[in-house]
Amino acid sequence: MARTADVVVIGGGLHGCSTALHLALRGLKPILVEKDYAGRHASGVNAGGVRQLARDIAEIPLSISSMTIWEHIEELVGDDCGFASHGTVLVAESEAEFADFRARVDDLQLRGFTHEELVDRTELRRLVPAVSDHCPGGVVSRRDGAADPFRTTQAFRRRAIEKGAEVIEGVTVTGLSRIGTQWRVETSDGPIEAPKVVNAAGAWADRIASMLGEPVPLEVIAPMLMVTSRLPAFIEPVVILRGRKLSFKQVGNGTVVIGGGHRARPFRDQNRTVLDWQKLAVSAATVWELFPVMREATIVRAWAGIEARMPDDLPVVGPSSTSEGIYHQFGFSAHGFQLGPGTGAMMAELIATGATNVPIDGLGIERFAAG
Amino acid sequence: MTGPSDLSSSYDLVVIGGGPAGLAAAALAARAGVSTVLFDENPGIGGQIYRGITSTPIKNRAVLGEDYWAGASLAAEAKASGAQIVTGATVWSLDPSRQVGVSIGGEARMIQAHRVIIATGSLERPFPIPGWTLPGVMTAGAAQTALKAHGLVPEGRVLLAGSGPLLWLLAAQLLRAGTTIETILDTTPRSNWLRALPHLADFLLSPYWSKGLALLREVRAKVPVIPVQRLSAHGEGKLQHVEYQSAGKDYRRQADMLFLHQGVVPNVNLANAAGVAHRWSERQLCFEPVLDVDSGSSVSGISVAGDGAGIAGGTAAVERGRIAAIAAVRAVKPSASVPDPQSVRQRLQREELGRGFLDALYRPADMFRLPEGETIVCRCEEVMAQQIHDMAAKGCEGPNQMKAFLRCGMGPCQGRLCGLTVTELIANERHTRPADVGYYRLRPPVKPITLAELASLPISEAERKAVER
Amino acid sequence: MFKRLGETASIVTIEVDGKTVRARTGDTVAAAMLAGGIDHCRTTPVSGAPRAPYCLMGVCFECLVIIDGIGSRQGCLIPVRDGMRVETQQGKREAGR
Ligand SMILES: Cc1cc2nc3c(=O)[nH]c(=O)nc-3n(C[C@H](O)[C@H](O)[C@H](O)COP(=O)(O)OP(=O)(O)OC[C@H]3O[C@@H](n4cnc5c(N)ncnc54)[C@H](O)[C@@H]3O)c2cc1C
Ligand code: FES
Repeated sequence: MARTADVVVIGGGLHGCSTALHLALRGLKPILVEKDYAGRHASGVNAGGVRQLARDIAEIPLSISSMTIWEHIEELVGDDCGFASHGTVLVAESEAEFADFRARVDDLQLRGFTHEELVDRTELRRLVPAVSDHCPGGVVSRRDGAADPFRTTQAFRRRAIEKGAEVIEGVTVTGLSRIGTQWRVETSDGPIEAPKVVNAAGAWADRIASMLGEPVPLEVIAPMLMVTSRLPAFIEPVVILRGRKLSFKQVGNGTVVIGGGHRARPFRDQNRTVLDWQKLAVSAATVWELFPVMREATIVRAWAGIEARMPDDLPVVGPSSTSEGIYHQFGFSAHGFQLGPGTGAMMAELIATGATNVPIDGLGIERFAAG
Repeated sequence: MTGPSDLSSSYDLVVIGGGPAGLAAAALAARAGVSTVLFDENPGIGGQIYRGITSTPIKNRAVLGEDYWAGASLAAEAKASGAQIVTGATVWSLDPSRQVGVSIGGEARMIQAHRVIIATGSLERPFPIPGWTLPGVMTAGAAQTALKAHGLVPEGRVLLAGSGPLLWLLAAQLLRAGTTIETILDTTPRSNWLRALPHLADFLLSPYWSKGLALLREVRAKVPVIPVQRLSAHGEGKLQHVEYQSAGKDYRRQADMLFLHQGVVPNVNLANAAGVAHRWSERQLCFEPVLDVDSGSSVSGISVAGDGAGIAGGTAAVERGRIAAIAAVRAVKPSASVPDPQSVRQRLQREELGRGFLDALYRPADMFRLPEGETIVCRCEEVMAQQIHDMAAKGCEGPNQMKAFLRCGMGPCQGRLCGLTVTELIANERHTRPADVGYYRLRPPVKPITLAELASLPISEAERKAVER
Repeated sequence: MFKRLGETASIVTIEVDGKTVRARTGDTVAAAMLAGGIDHCRTTPVSGAPRAPYCLMGVCFECLVIIDGIGSRQGCLIPVRDGMRVETQQGKREAGR
């Protein structure tokens, strides 16, 4: 006899856990199935940036709704998730770049989004005293911040269980079939039946989608990060660049996390990645130029997380275009951590009520339909 | 001194580690005409056992003993073999495609190897007792290194504590150098004798037997040896006294230096980060790489030789280095003439004969592997045993999750001094086996490097462009 | 602490926290500090507890010091050079000073 649930959530990343929690909060009974353990992949090992800054217009509403949850995260999950809000600063490295930033901020204002704010040279130095002299200004999003990714994912998992969700780890989904109005989810530990299924399988989500005859052009990527040993506090906001790939932040314990999108080679079937030191050396050189104080800092660890990227760098969220009762939530293209809390809430609303107030236009899977 | 600019961009064979295994491997391969480079992060070659072999200030041969001086010919052979030997060279990365990241004098290079022999040896098993982080408390190996490489001997009230052959060797060497050792606190559980008995016959045939016995006699004649069941170090800012329990009674003793030792375990960091599969050895209570008869690992082209492949000692390491090198030569240059591996294997078997007895006799007591309460487990991040117990009780199943919650293993030593303790504590709390709990998933850099070093990696303009948006 | 066995041939001097320390050519920084009676080489970034070299073989990272201005160097792996400036590493002091 198959187990039954209201919703089967595939994938125990932050997105899967968040959706499971919000479903449980709405009185539904979700079963979450995770092939490894919750937070083993992108959600547990990412840079922890909670950023609204520099997002594509299409995902700004989702990002803003998520931010509101982040600011009350402890009330939701019973853990502050290490969240601290010191802003994110996008640093311009030239006058030309600065002019582009100004145009973007003006455009956002016209659309009614006010979270991005242009800052001049003086304000930039006030926000980021250690920044190199060659930078003429930047953009700040003051409510942005950073959190502890593994702790956050675990907190969502724990609270979801407390609220009635079932979380099954070390179990892989191997097939999906329709039986009447139910979906039968085959797993390595027996079948589960439910009327609704959420595909939050991260870098493996294309496999779930193709089980439904709904192939997607998902690219498996492995963004790399490095972290230093503990340093004296010298920078509060998260710093990002546009021309060169860099994201840079000092955590409360003094360690500095350096990332920005240089990629390792992923081997998703082995849960492994192979780092590319040549590219990390480019990151090191960028930090060297931007923050002279960092030159003698020691790098103690480097790693990469396995993540899904879509060709347009936008996530796939919303109902399946081919299969009734299936919902997609993947392809966060290396910037989905901040979106986790809000996307879970939106998905739960969509599943429970059939509609959502958060605009998700342009994020549906149908944009990849053949022809 | 060899600098980064003296290196080629690729070699047939890269040997990592310049102890007996690495030296023997490099010598054999280079003599067979295979282009070979050997890296060791220490200022000199020799590894732990032959530390300082080309430079030791100790001229009286009796102090370190003839077994030490046997290293001189090994070092000379390696030097004469044509292998490029680079000391002060830290290998911080190795990946499954055999790219080797190495740092020399503050500059980093990536080197491509056709074959790699990891010969990074062992390190002393963590000895997490209360107070083991106090200045004045060191490992027995540290005292040995101070003596061999620098001609330094401890002064003041000197205590040794723990168990294992190396502790006795250190005691003998210190005594010959004129040091007064106040006491040896022997933590070997008495019941171990019974477990070791079945292996006695083999041990009697091994070269360890007579040497070991002579060493014990030499030391016991000069130093009182007290069996202890409990041990802790105390002091304000540095070691001042030691407390121990012997035959049910508690004692306290003033001390300036305490040297701890309870055996050695493979240093798995580099192999683990390169993706080499490891397994738990119940006999030696540690993780060791899974290897084939030629020392080949689960990663093609990478082999592990010497104590890093499982503890067997220095002379066995030489033979194991040769076995790995023969396989490397055959792969790279099949026409070269190499010794018959079968005869090397036979010598190795003889060397390994006594191991079963020693492993059983010197199996460290649970008491000294499974700390409690406020005893520090992770020295770098100062994580206490109780925190690990609590997290495991709350459901934390493995060292990687533990790391994410408590930061244990996240400091610069990258889990070398807490990894086994954390694994065993979790297994104990959750009533499973260390084999099921597993070890830290390690990532390069396996040794910290400075941002400046990393930025010094030569990067072509094309590569720089390729990674810009 | 430690004392030298017999006399040393060639002497170099290094500076530790401004104090002159005599060392033997071939000493590592950690060995020179131990022989020089310096009882700790750093304090931890977490609790500020004093630490001294523990393993002398490059695995424990207790011997971290600042050498010629560069922080978090493993004193037990780096040989002394005449005139070298060594500082004990207090807490998080490593870079950005
Ligand atoms: C190095 C790195 C840095 C990043 N930095 C940031 C940042 O600073 N800010 C930010 O907002 N975002 C960041 N991201 C992105 C963010 O982490 C991801 O967008 C987000 O976590 C995606 O969540 P997820 O749940 O979709 O994916 P994941 O966390 O990958 O979760 C998917 C889960 O599904 C499981 N699964 C897959 N297939 C199956 C199956 N068949 N059966 C059962 N289980 C299955 C997987 O094992 C996995 O645990 C970063 C990502 C990486 C890799
Ligand atoms: S003393 Fe242990 S690393 Fe230097």
